[in-house]
Amino acid sequence: MTRTQLHVPGRGWEVRRKKIVKSLPYYVLILLPLIYLLLFKYYPMLGAQIAFKDYKVRLGIWGSPWIGFEHFVDFFTSGKSWTIILNTLILSVYYLIASFPLAIVLAVCLNECRWAGFKKTVQMVTYMPYFISTVVLVSMILQFTDVSSGIVNQIIVALGGQSTNIMANQGAFRSLYVWTGVWQSTGYSAIVYLAALSGVPMDLYEAAKIDGASKLRRIWSIDLPYIAPTIITLLILNSGSILSVGFEKIYLMQNNFNTPVSEVISTYVYKLGIVNSSFSFSTAVGLFNSVVNLVMLVVVNQAAKRISDVSVL
Amino acid sequence: MMSSNKASAHLKRHSHVAQTRSDNLFDFVITLILVLAVLVVAYPLIYVVSASFSSTTAVMAGKVWILPVEFSLAAYEAVFQYDSILTGYINAIIYTLSGTGLNLVLTVLCAFCLSRRDFYGRRVVGAMVLFTMLFNAGLVPNYLLIKDLKMLDTRWAIILPSAMSAWNVLLMRTYFSNSIPEELYEAASIDGCSVWRQLTNIVIPLSGPIVSVIALYCAVGIWNSYFDAFLYLSSKELFPLQVVLRNILILNQMDVTVTADLRDMASRQGMSNLLKYAVIVVSSVPLLCMYPFVQKYFVKGVMIGSVKG
Repeated sequence: MTRTQLHVPGRGWEVRRKKIVKSLPYYVLILLPLIYLLLFKYYPMLGAQIAFKDYKVRLGIWGSPWIGFEHFVDFFTSGKSWTIILNTLILSVYYLIASFPLAIVLAVCLNECRWAGFKKTVQMVTYMPYFISTVVLVSMILQFTDVSSGIVNQIIVALGGQSTNIMANQGAFRSLYVWTGVWQSTGYSAIVYLAALSGVPMDLYEAAKIDGASKLRRIWSIDLPYIAPTIITLLILNSGSILSVGFEKIYLMQNNFNTPVSEVISTYVYKLGIVNSSFSFSTAVGLFNSVVNLVMLVVVNQAAKRISDVSVL
Repeated sequence: MMSSNKASAHLKRHSHVAQTRSDNLFDFVITLILVLAVLVVAYPLIYVVSASFSSTTAVMAGKVWILPVEFSLAAYEAVFQYDSILTGYINAIIYTLSGTGLNLVLTVLCAFCLSRRDFYGRRVVGAMVLFTMLFNAGLVPNYLLIKDLKMLDTRWAIILPSAMSAWNVLLMRTYFSNSIPEELYEAASIDGCSVWRQLTNIVIPLSGPIVSVIALYCAVGIWNSYFDAFLYLSSKELFPLQVVLRNILILNQMDVTVTADLRDMASRQGMSNLLKYAVIVVSSVPLLCMYPFVQKYFVKGVMIGSVKG
């Protein structure tokens, strides 16, 4: 098929028509997934226009009057906005810094472990918490930090300290959030790196051994460079959610004492939108969040592509 | 170059024993890290189980450290008398089974079409799927959609909005393109096999592993989620287990009948505390029992994903 043939308009349509007719069975199969996508994913995107409108239930999404960027201006001049954005950023960056290296360390250690039975046990135990639901995880935190019966306070008392209400302590909130997350997900995150490490060619190790490289040296000069693309890929994916700290866990951990540090964008959107029914304003905040995530993902992806040739998009 | 020269010089100067000694130390450190990881992860879980089997007074007095103290099943008796937990269980099973089934159907259909090169429009649909991973309309537009569809406070609100996930579709498509050879389709279509029969007689029989992985991801996800139910449901008889758990465990809303026959405030408080440990165990048991059997599929799923990644 040459270029000139494709440029003849009648011929192009003929080819296209043939392709479409040939694909008819696929259109039947794709119908349900397509309806799902359009209704539950793309229609709400159109609904997000109420961020620029003064939404009234009576008038509906399409009938409400346009007001431009008023809600966005309100949000950024409210004074509360920067605290919330900062809280969100701190939590996700803190979590990223805490969780990333640990998962890699665990994977490297598992990869070095030559004792198959022990390796299997460690793997099994470390990703067990991944199956625990957020509700159960948070209630475990609450139980453990309970002032009178919680084990954490019992340990503090046994060591001669004073029992305190840890959940009411603003300073402890971020660490509690991050390290319980690390506890839950490190084993699971390590699987990806372990899978990547299993692909390191054996002759690299042998060559290094002959050159007299120690085990530590082999990890540093063979393993880590080998899994670098995986690490970068995961960093790119995570950067896309830098402003979306999961609602579920934070909301359950919130109380009146820790809201100054625990109020993040997702909980704020929920409280305003659903609890206070400020639909338009809340949508505007949510939209801002989604756009920032998208921009972050694209920017980091481009940067990674330029620096190391890794890209997810 | 420099470093390898230096290393081989090092090897010549020192005996072979010195080299293995440092590696032995290294192995020791590795083992130590792994043992530490196991202890840190396992201890809270062991504690919860032990506390749930201990007596109220032992837990309150802080006598439980590792094993149950003053073994007792009182907490479990209370849990099984608790009606809303039972309702929650049944609802969670309904949502998990129907949601997983629906997810599998939509994901297989979508992934199959996206993996076929002769599907005209593949790129457009593929881009549409991918974009939902990158951009989300946000909470309120989704809520308004469910409201406009008159699905608030119905089971549909839990099952339909999460009926397909872009990530699972991409995972399955990668599997289809990598593990089902094009020649099979060609041979089939020469024999006059329709697209539908290609799906049912070739693709589905060959995709056991990926279907199990996706089914597992979906089932765990639905069983553990509370947000959709929390957002869309208001009738107690529709609540899945996680919402019931939230009310008991986090909001401290307990059915008074469970602790009513206890004499004083202190023992009531102790009982409700103990009950929480038992509730945690009972709600996590289905997944943890399933876990050893499905563990290898979980790992496989991540590996399929990472091939593409």
